[in-house]
Amino acid sequence: MERHGPTVLRVCRAVVGPDGADDAWSETFLSALRAYPRLPAGSNVEAWLVAIAHRKGIDELRARARRAVPTGDVPEWATTGGVPGGWECELWSALRELPLRQRQTVAYHYLAGLPYAAVAEIVGGTPAAARRAAADGVARLRRMLQDTPGGHPAGRAEGEMS
Amino acid sequence: MTEGHGGDLFATLPRRDEDAHRRLHARLAAAAAEAGILDVAYRTVDSPIGHLLVAATGDGLVRVAFAVEDHERVLDRLGRTVSPRVLRAPARLDAVARQLEEYFARRRTRFDLPLDLRLATGFRREVLTRLPAIPYGTTASYATLAAAAGNPRAVRAVGTACATNPLPVVVPCHRVVRSDGTIGGYLGGVAAKWALLALEGAADPGGPARSSDQPANNSSNPPMV
Repeated sequence: MERHGPTVLRVCRAVVGPDGADDAWSETFLSALRAYPRLPAGSNVEAWLVAIAHRKGIDELRARARRAVPTGDVPEWATTGGVPGGWECELWSALRELPLRQRQTVAYHYLAGLPYAAVAEIVGGTPAAARRAAADGVARLRRMLQDTPGGHPAGRAEGEMS
Repeated sequence: MTEGHGGDLFATLPRRDEDAHRRLHARLAAAAAEAGILDVAYRTVDSPIGHLLVAATGDGLVRVAFAVEDHERVLDRLGRTVSPRVLRAPARLDAVARQLEEYFARRRTRFDLPLDLRLATGFRREVLTRLPAIPYGTTASYATLAAAAGNPRAVRAVGTACATNPLPVVVPCHRVVRSDGTIGGYLGGVAAKWALLALEGAADPGGPARSSDQPANNSSNPPMV
């Protein structure tokens, strides 16, 4: 719990946004506590937790869509910019612009560190498709963050892109 | 872990957000307790002999661990031996923390807490149940304890029982010393044992209870007798 809590929170924040992340995180760990005794020995706990977080994230997004009242005035995600520890708010708002599948694959691969085979198992589809979605997501994030004044040092690594 | 390009995007993202985790943990612990799926609650307590980890099941206090035991490892083992449902839940251990505080402030001479002795079995458990009978501020020898536990020849086994006491401080194995008056070993280090006996007024610094391997350098001492 102590070990995986931070990773799962990063994943939840990336997928459902800082707003619903707390709920998704709590639901994930409550569910994990219930199911843990049935988890086969030797399982990859982190991948298992991310898979639960994936389902809870989708639940959370659906619940939010149901709650949402179309007002034309889209509320901003609560940013945590300025909070000690510096969660990059530009990154969160950029993530929000990505399609869900890209957000998920980026989060599970880059934030949770899961290999694409494991990511594909969670989101469905082939590992190659997961890799493509994550690469598209990262490329798009990079473009967006470059456009943000004072945004992110991501542009520096542009040369790495193939 | 992250391969090639892209990882740098998240490199500046902090690994953890302490405020959020404190908040989320408290909320999870409460929800889990309510749902009856919190099997082991734990917290740490500051003390003059270092941070103590205290853990409790629904039956009572199950573990007190010194910092030298490595709290991470202790929690890991609790997860494997008692239940994987281990959560930091300070509120569940308020009484334990309060009584320890009072003890270290010399305002309490005995603990009044439900104990869960499941981590000790057989003769070891038999020995542990007899330890609270040694009055505050006094000591007993391993030999005396062995006799009291019904096996006068089991002096070494008493030593092992003390050395593997899952509830040190609360179950006072620190009051068990060698027959020759020297202090003997201690799970939390001889210095900690010495400090506890001094706190209780059972040891006179520099007095007869002082043993040759005292006070420091406890890490190289064998765990017992």
